[in-house]
Amino acid sequence: MAIAAPIPGLTSPEALAEALRAAYYLADDGVATAAYLALMLGKPLLLEGAPGVGKTEAAKALSGILGRQLIRLQCFEGIDASAALYEWNYPRQMLAIRQAREGESADIYRDDFLIERPMLAVLRRPRATVLLIDEIDRSDHEFEAFLLEFLSDFSISIPERGTLRAAERPVVVLTSNRTRDLHEALRRRCIYHYIAYPDPAREAAIIMLRSSAVAEATARAVVHAVGILRQEPLTKPPGVAEAVDWAEAATALSRTGAPWPDAFRRSIGAALKDEEDLAHMRPRLDALIGAIAS
Amino acid sequence: MTARLPAASRPLVAFPTLLRQNGFAVAPEQTIAFLEAVRLLGPRSIEHMRQAAHATLAPHPHQFARFDALFDLHFLGGYGEPDEADDWQPDEETQIQEDGGEREILIGETVNETGREAIEAEALAVRQLRPGDDGAVLARLARDLPTALPRRRGYRFRMARRGRGIDLARSLKAAIRTDGEVMTLKRRRRATRARPVLMLIDVSGSMKSRSDANLALAHTLVQSAPRAEVFTFGTRLTRVTRVLKLKNRAQALALASGLVADWDGGTRIGDALQAFLAVPRFAGYARGAVVVVLSDGLERGDPTAMIAAMRRLAARAFRIDWLSPLAADPDYRPETDAMAAIRPLLATLGNGASTAAVARHLVTLAGGRAA
Repeated sequence: MAIAAPIPGLTSPEALAEALRAAYYLADDGVATAAYLALMLGKPLLLEGAPGVGKTEAAKALSGILGRQLIRLQCFEGIDASAALYEWNYPRQMLAIRQAREGESADIYRDDFLIERPMLAVLRRPRATVLLIDEIDRSDHEFEAFLLEFLSDFSISIPERGTLRAAERPVVVLTSNRTRDLHEALRRRCIYHYIAYPDPAREAAIIMLRSSAVAEATARAVVHAVGILRQEPLTKPPGVAEAVDWAEAATALSRTGAPWPDAFRRSIGAALKDEEDLAHMRPRLDALIGAIAS
Repeated sequence: MTARLPAASRPLVAFPTLLRQNGFAVAPEQTIAFLEAVRLLGPRSIEHMRQAAHATLAPHPHQFARFDALFDLHFLGGYGEPDEADDWQPDEETQIQEDGGEREILIGETVNETGREAIEAEALAVRQLRPGDDGAVLARLARDLPTALPRRRGYRFRMARRGRGIDLARSLKAAIRTDGEVMTLKRRRRATRARPVLMLIDVSGSMKSRSDANLALAHTLVQSAPRAEVFTFGTRLTRVTRVLKLKNRAQALALASGLVADWDGGTRIGDALQAFLAVPRFAGYARGAVVVVLSDGLERGDPTAMIAAMRRLAARAFRIDWLSPLAADPDYRPETDAMAAIRPLLATLGNGASTAAVARHLVTLAGGRAA
């Protein structure tokens, strides 16, 4: 069932892309369309892609333009309901039982004994929030199945308290680095988009948008270089964030008087963060720096 | 229900049906979402409709090319063959073959690719796998394997009789029954998880006599180990885990035989391992895993590539076991440059000459005794 535009004037993917740009996020057609559909259809947005292409940033930018609080649930192997939903404050409950006078029964299931975790926090906020479920591929299948239940009606049952339901439907963004295939049932419930690395022009624009100190020529040179690096068999190919870091680092070094080739070379650690990758690139580094500094 | 839809929306409803006929799983709720999405977007152009289809019908990234071809067929009336250049590249554009994909691209295209050498190296073949007569051994392996794998500490807790960790939730529940008096402190400890297994199977010509049986063994592994990944290599690298997840062994092996295109060809272990490591998604399978390589180690490519790749693999894996048919001979010594150099990286260089020998090794991985 379609819902009304969450903010006035958000009537098309282009309008959403424009609003995201104002929040310093450059979305291509695909991302803008998927995010727009997710907002309008009230479905979770599932973003997949290599690390560093801007999946998490997309959620942050969405929360910014919607003016909603971002609540983040970082997934890890072995994450369970107590880490995602809630936990009782057992020591305080124990104390309350001990302190209750004889014949009285202590109410140990009050709100102040409840420690809320991200998913409960989402349901209890009076205003709708943006829930970011980050790196869902790191969690195991049981947790994925548990999420399905939560995402279908945004309610949870606490045995001692009954069922809690969200007053307003939260916007949910899930991200995955594709370290494993997600269950079909989860993909089916979401609006899906695979974020590829941006094209060179867009990546240069992203670098300049994120860092106003970087000159256009530097941004282009860095984009050219990371493009070459992504073709190499590296353990950690540089993402967009690394490209921004490299451009900023090289700019900072050049301000201290270092010539450009030297600035690029000395700041390569901002792009390549693995000794094996550096070792692999070392023989090719001169050619790479030469190509981009010219 | 379809009869009540406006005529203009009928092609939209028919598209998911076409997808289903071509092997895509599309749920009715996705069809509804697709219709809603098209209505929301306008649609102003066919590209908007394509984006709506991608977002709501959610094809796997490796199915994008086929999905787009069907979209063109349905809405534009022209069937464009999936173009290799447009096809999705797994993660970081490494050229390898993954099950379910249509691409067949050679690994390490620039290495050892001259003249006759290349032709010899790339002798492609498709072959019918024989399930073999190791049924009893495999059945025993399936029974013993789940408890025989090395384990590591997990992040979840489980009840324990003793230990330092106190289970406050259970202790509290017990205390409520005794009016807040803590009679016994319940304990808990970290649950352990079986380490994942990564099996790399050499399907080159020199391993011809073992390939069928090794694939059957890998099927048992995928069926019984909690987490297992299987790749084959020769002149290409192929991920076969997904087809081996089919329960029926004969069916799974038949599918695997169609998937692997480099049966009985040359061996380029170094290139295969580097292609494996170049895709972060695949390289992640090796992290903390028990890596089992079933190969005779007769590398035809450059040994330095193999040594470098094995170093990187060893840095990620929990242990690497190399099971070679040659090691059945008690006098076997790894004397080729590559094998001699990687010997210190291996936890075991063992006997891989028969299914029974490999199975015996697998069930003793955690230090237990062979059944």
